[in-house]
Amino acid sequence: MGPLWLLALIAGLSFFGFVLGRWKSVVLSGKGRGTLAARPGYYGAYVLIWTAMPALLILVALSIAKPILIEHTVRANLPEQVLANSTQLSLEVSGVEQVAAGLKLVTPEELENIRIGVVSARSVFAQHGLPLGQDVKPYQLTAAGALNLVSDGLDTAVDAAVVAALAFGLIFAFVRVKPRLRARNLVENTVLVLLIAASSVAILTTIGIVLSLLFQALQFFSMVSPVSFYFGTVWDPRFAAAGSTESGQFGFLPLFWGTLYISFFAMVVAVPVGLFSAVYMAEYATSKVRSVAKPLIEILAGIPTIVYGFFALTTVGPLIRDYIAMPLGLGTSGNNVLTAGLVMGIMIIPYVSSLSDDIITAVPRSLRDGSLALGATRSETMRQVILPAALPGVVGAILLAVSRAIGETMIVVLAAGVAARASLNPFEEMTTITVKIVNQLTGDLEFTSPQTLVAFALGITLFVITLGLNVLALTIVRKYREQYE
Amino acid sequence: MSAVQATTAFDTVRTPDPANRPIKIHTASVKVTYGQKEALHGVSIDIPEKAVTAFIGPSGCGKSTFLRCINRMNDTIAGARVEGTIKLDDQDIYDPDLDVVELRARVGMVFQKPNPFPKSIFDNVAYGPRIHGLARSKADLEEIVVTSLQKASLFNEVKDRLSEPGTGLSGGQQQRLCIARAIAVSPEVILMDEPCSALDPIATAKVEELIDELRANFTIVIVTHSMQQAARVSQRTAFFHLGHLIEEGPTDHVFTNPLEQRTQDYITGRFG
Ligand SMILES: Nc1ncnc2c1ncn2[C@@H]1O[C@H](COP(=O)(O)OP(=O)(O)OP(=O)(O)O)[C@@H](O)[C@H]1O
Ligand SMILES: [Mg+2]
Repeated sequence: MGPLWLLALIAGLSFFGFVLGRWKSVVLSGKGRGTLAARPGYYGAYVLIWTAMPALLILVALSIAKPILIEHTVRANLPEQVLANSTQLSLEVSGVEQVAAGLKLVTPEELENIRIGVVSARSVFAQHGLPLGQDVKPYQLTAAGALNLVSDGLDTAVDAAVVAALAFGLIFAFVRVKPRLRARNLVENTVLVLLIAASSVAILTTIGIVLSLLFQALQFFSMVSPVSFYFGTVWDPRFAAAGSTESGQFGFLPLFWGTLYISFFAMVVAVPVGLFSAVYMAEYATSKVRSVAKPLIEILAGIPTIVYGFFALTTVGPLIRDYIAMPLGLGTSGNNVLTAGLVMGIMIIPYVSSLSDDIITAVPRSLRDGSLALGATRSETMRQVILPAALPGVVGAILLAVSRAIGETMIVVLAAGVAARASLNPFEEMTTITVKIVNQLTGDLEFTSPQTLVAFALGITLFVITLGLNVLALTIVRKYREQYE
Repeated sequence: MSAVQATTAFDTVRTPDPANRPIKIHTASVKVTYGQKEALHGVSIDIPEKAVTAFIGPSGCGKSTFLRCINRMNDTIAGARVEGTIKLDDQDIYDPDLDVVELRARVGMVFQKPNPFPKSIFDNVAYGPRIHGLARSKADLEEIVVTSLQKASLFNEVKDRLSEPGTGLSGGQQQRLCIARAIAVSPEVILMDEPCSALDPIATAKVEELIDELRANFTIVIVTHSMQQAARVSQRTAFFHLGHLIEEGPTDHVFTNPLEQRTQDYITGRFG
C-alpha cells in the first residue's frame, strides 16, 4: 500500500471509531450505567484520536526514517574506491536510486539478460521510458538490488505497523469508553498539542533560516575578516570564476549607506503624506469618504513592486534626470537614489497611513471631548492632544515601514541601479544590501567561494537590522497600548 | 399617553426661585434628534446664576443630551440636530455668527469619567489658558495653574509632582484635575455630567464640597443619579423623564414636596 492508501485507511477507520465511540457512550448511558462525564461527541473524538494518532505518528516516523535507511544501505553496498571519493558520493547515491527505479520496471527475463550481460541495462530502461545519462556500472546494479530489497521490506513493515496501530488504538479506546471516562481531557489535550505543533512550525522555520544563514556567513567570515567586511569602503567582489583564487574586496559600508540613503528619501515622502492622510481619515473625513478613500490608499500596498520599479525607470527617473539633475549639473543618470527613494516612499505610504489611522482612531473619544470642551479647535486638539497621545504608536508604524523599505529590492534595481557607491549626491547611482544579495546569488554558483558566501553575510546582517527595528517598533507600540487599558 | 400628545401638549411643573437670582441660561422648546430619533421633546428651563442646578431622572431620559446642548458639544456628534432657543446672558448660542470655541471657553464641562490628557499635571491645567492665550508670561501661567489647582482643592496633594503625568493620579484626584482644568480658562458656567459616578464615597465627598465652594463664582449644572447628591449640592433640581422636563423647582421643595406624581415616584425609588 502506498502512503495515500494508508492515509485513506487511517481516515476511514478513525471516522468509524468516532461513530463507534459515540454510539457506545449513548447506549451505555441509555442503559442507566451512569450519566456521561462529557457529551457523546467527546467519546467519539476519544476513540478517533486513539485510532488516528498512533498510526499517524508511526507513518510519519517511518517515512522520515526511510530515506536515511536507504542511503545507509546504498553506501554499504558501494565499493571502496567509490566511497573514497567523498565529493561525488551524493551523486552516486542518486545514481543508484535511479537504477533501482529502473530495476522495478523490467521483467524477470530482461533482468536475467542484463545480469549475464546480453543487453545493457541502459537500453532496457530506455525502452521502459526511463532514459539514463550514463551506462549502468555493475556495482550500481548490485547496490540498486539491495536498495530495492530494503525499500520493499520497509514498505511492508510500514503497512503492518500502521494497520496494527490502527487496530490496537481502535479496540483499546473502544473498550475504555465508559460513562465515567474523562473523554474531554484527552480531546482538550490533543487540541492543545496540535496548536503548539502549529506554532512550532513557524518558530522552527525562523530558527532554521537563521541557522542556515549563520552557517554560511561564518564560512564567509573565515575567508574574509569581519573587520574588513563591516568597515570596508570598497565593494568589488570580482567574478567567482571557477578555480580562480583571486578574491575581491567586500566592503559593507557603501551598501549600508545606499540602503540608508534610499530609505531616508522613502521616509521623507511616506511619513508626512502617510501621517497627514491618516489624520484626515481618522479625524476629518466623513464615514462615506473614509469608506471609499481608505481602501484606495491601501491599494498602493497591493501593487507589485516590479510595477513600481517600472514606473520609476520609465517615468520618474527620466523626469528627475531631465528637469532637476541635468540643469543643476549634478548627474546624468536616470538611475538615481532620489528616484528610488521617492517611488519607494509612495509604496510605503499605506503602511504608515493605515497603521497610524488605526492608532489615532484608538485614542479615546473622551480625550477629544475633553479638549474640545475646553474651547480647543479641531486642529489644536489634533496637534496637542491626539497626536502626542498617539505618538508612540505612530513611531512604531513608521519603524515598521522603515524595515519594509530596507528590505525592498526590485524598485532599487530598476530605479537606483546596481553600482555600489557611497556618495552624498542623490542624483547618482547607488545600490542597497538586498540588491547585492540578489546580484551575488544569480548566475553559476559555487557555494564555496567568498563571492557567493558574502550574500549570506549580507543576509544575516540585514536580518539583524530589520529584526532590531521590528523589536523596537513592537516594544513602542505595546507600551502605547498599555497607556489606555 | 401617545408620543404625539406628549410632545405637543406638555407642561412642565415649575416652582419659582425664592432667592430670585438672575438668570444665566435660558432655554425654550429645545428639541434634539439623533438621526430619526427625537431624544428631547422641547425642554424649557431657566438656570439661575451662581447656583447649582441638578438634573435628575432615569437613565436614557436625555439629561446628558440636554447638558451637551448648552456648550454645543452635540455639534461633535454626527447626526445630532438641535432645535429651539438657548441663550447665555441673552445671547443666542446657536446663532451662526457665534464662535463655538469662544462659547466653550465660557461654558466648561466635566465628564463622567475623568479624562486627563496624557500630559503632566501642570500641562493639563495649562492646556486651556495656553490655547486661549490667557497668560502673558510664564509666571502668569504658573499662577493660573496654581490657583486653579487650589480652587479644585487638589494643589496640596500634587504640589510636589506637577511635572508627573496626570494619568498617574487616583480616580478622584483625576476628576478634580479635570475640574481644575475647566476652571483654568475662567468659564462662567461649568457643566458636570455625573462627575462622581466613577469615584468612591470619600472622593465623592471631596468633589461635592468643591462644587459647593465653586458655586460662589460659577454657575453650575450637574447631572446626577444620586438623589442624596442632588439634595446635598444643588439649590435647584430639574426632573427629566422620557425626553421631557417634568418638574423643576428649588431642591428642598422638589425633594420634600414634589408636585408631580412621577417626580414623587422617582425620588422615592418606585421606578427608574
Ligand atoms: N450619540 C447618540 N446617538 C444616538 N442616540 C443617542 C446618542 N446619545 C444619546 N442618544 C439617545 O438619546 C437618549 C437620551 O440619552 P442621554 O445620554 O441624554 O440620556 P441620559 O439621561 O444622560 O442617560 P444616563 O443617565 O444613562 O446617562 C437615549 O435614548 C439615547 O439612546
Ligand atoms: Mg448621561
